[in-house]
Amino acid sequence: MIELNDYLILSGLLFAIGLVGVLRRKNLLMLFFATEVMLNAANIAFAATSHYYNDLSGQMFAFFIIAVAASEVAVGLGLLIVLYKRYGTLDLDNLASMKG
Amino acid sequence: MEKYVYIALFAPFVSSLFAALFGMTPKKMFVGIIASTLLAISFLASAILAIEIAQTGSPIHVMMLDWISAGDLNIPFGFVVDQVSVTMMTVVTLVSTVVHIYSIGYMDHDKSFNRFFSYLSAFVFSMMILVMSDNFAGLFIGWEGVGVCSWLLIGFWYHKADVSPEENPSISPSWAANEAFIVNRIADLAMLVGIFTLYWNTGSLQYDVVFNDIPHLSEGILTTAAIALFIGAMGKSAQFPLHTWLTDAMEGPTPVSALIHAATMVTAGVFLVIRANPLFSVTPEVSYFIASLGTFVAFFAASMALVNRDLKRIIAYSTLSQLGYMFAAAGLGAYWIALFHLAAHAFFKALLFLGAGNVMHAMHDELDIFKMGGLKKSMKWTYIYMGVASLALAGIPPFAGFFSKDAIIETAFNEGTIILWIILVVTAGMTAFYSFRQVFLTFEGDERYKEFGIHPHEMYKFVLIAMSPLALLAVIAGFFQETFHELIIELLPNYEMSEHTHHLTWILGIVVLAFAIGGIVLARYKYINGLHRDEKVENSFVYQLLKNQYYIPKFYAEFISKPYAMISSLMWRSIDMKIVDASVDAIANFIYSSGDKTRRIQTGNLSNYLNWMSFGLVALLIMAAISSVIG
Repeated sequence: MIELNDYLILSGLLFAIGLVGVLRRKNLLMLFFATEVMLNAANIAFAATSHYYNDLSGQMFAFFIIAVAASEVAVGLGLLIVLYKRYGTLDLDNLASMKG
Repeated sequence: MEKYVYIALFAPFVSSLFAALFGMTPKKMFVGIIASTLLAISFLASAILAIEIAQTGSPIHVMMLDWISAGDLNIPFGFVVDQVSVTMMTVVTLVSTVVHIYSIGYMDHDKSFNRFFSYLSAFVFSMMILVMSDNFAGLFIGWEGVGVCSWLLIGFWYHKADVSPEENPSISPSWAANEAFIVNRIADLAMLVGIFTLYWNTGSLQYDVVFNDIPHLSEGILTTAAIALFIGAMGKSAQFPLHTWLTDAMEGPTPVSALIHAATMVTAGVFLVIRANPLFSVTPEVSYFIASLGTFVAFFAASMALVNRDLKRIIAYSTLSQLGYMFAAAGLGAYWIALFHLAAHAFFKALLFLGAGNVMHAMHDELDIFKMGGLKKSMKWTYIYMGVASLALAGIPPFAGFFSKDAIIETAFNEGTIILWIILVVTAGMTAFYSFRQVFLTFEGDERYKEFGIHPHEMYKFVLIAMSPLALLAVIAGFFQETFHELIIELLPNYEMSEHTHHLTWILGIVVLAFAIGGIVLARYKYINGLHRDEKVENSFVYQLLKNQYYIPKFYAEFISKPYAMISSLMWRSIDMKIVDASVDAIANFIYSSGDKTRRIQTGNLSNYLNWMSFGLVALLIMAAISSVIG
């Protein structure tokens, strides 16, 4: 039987994977993937807890997050394409133009 | 009647604001005319109030609005028109009106004509607040307002450069203005202490409440308050040792001198003592000190006037001397006589100053009477005016000064203070001598101005006509002594000569008169035929001592100003620069350098930022966890 804890562990693992991705990846596109992984980790946690408590609001929240993530990706990918056209690369180490 | 109170008070204020509208623009004749008209309206309102008070004998008390209301402290903006304040109001507005009209002629060629009228009216307004207020707070506001306006007006020609004190003892208008302001600040501190002492012990600043509470106060508190208030009066009325500013204030335009000396400034100190008479009459030691100091200043100032060569400074010293007389009277308990002398003195002193202004105007701002002489041909009316004013000042009957000054000298005799009486009588002789020395040196004898290529001319007609009320009052004011006496003792404590003195009145009068006439005769004998300088006398120790004002300005410069400047510079270098500035700089430097060091975090690399962000997030989470465990 799959318990609530199993879901939460999965969610935590996914979140950790996403976080490591955000920290280590240098490619902007990969950063986006990593963020998506983190968002969906949160979604899993929401959906699982919602089911556990028999309360729909957690699942509602998950829907919202999916919607927000979708729009974010739409905008982000647009910017990403412009960046690529301009600099010919998506490597963050080469995109550092705002040096303090 | 209330509306007349407001008209009398606010007409000068309106005048000041109106003139201020044109403050930065070139001369406009109508500014002077409107300002003078408003002042005349204020005078009329004051005169109506004076008649009303004389008829009904009951003071008019108006409460304009609540001003400060905090906790137990409640200070309203209230004004009281009683016998004392209505006398002051009438005198102040009358003299000020004449001075305003006079200024139209005198400041004729000045490019700051409009600004001058604005300051002048503000000066009068401050003085009106001072005399009309029904509480110490309002009095203090007027007191400070007068101080500020005097600063503005003495330094009116602030663009004049500094010269050495040998060349001109007052150095420059701006220097003189600062001196007047700073000396007054010193005295005002004491005045504030006095006001606080009264407030602390009576819980109010209203005159009626404070004076009603006096019987319940201990002697120590009363003495402290009386001394502190009198020190304030000493500064404003330029009593020794705070007297130096008054003669230096001659740097201001002459109408200002007339206003300061006759109406709006130096009389404030005497007014304060008269107003606070319930306080001073229960502190006999302080009162006796006031009388003694007044007598001393009367003599001291007169002695300096004996040798001075500066037309305006001689008159300034005479003011100082006459203020001494007023304080002597007030200190001896004869408050109504002090107030009477104040009023009479205002008329002839304003006249003297305005006459001196005419002479200055004619002589192209030359003030040295040794360079004048024989001006009576070209300036007949000014000669008459100044002659009348000097006769009044010297105390020759039937001129105003005779009645008031004689009453003061008689008071000194009546009180049994024979030493004071002798000094005051001798001073009366000196007063006569120096005022006629000045008149004769200016108007009689050889025409010494010719070698300087000056062509004197009489002042404008309208100015001479405007001066005539003062001349008239300088002649006749003395006849109102009895009327004034009856009116004023409804408020002030009465003071009558004893039976014994009464019998001797005419002998005392003759003694004083003999001294006064002796002074005039001596001056006439010495100076009627022109100036004969005597090297031996001029080089004598006493002459030099008097000429250098007893070396008091030098003493102040050497022993107060210079050490103060030294301490200030020491404080600046060691404390301000090394401790205060250094610590502020250290804080700034620390923030600057830490910013400089952490600047490197900002690499522009998004990946780095994200790492820092997660690091921060984790740090915050850990902190939250720790605090929840501890908490």
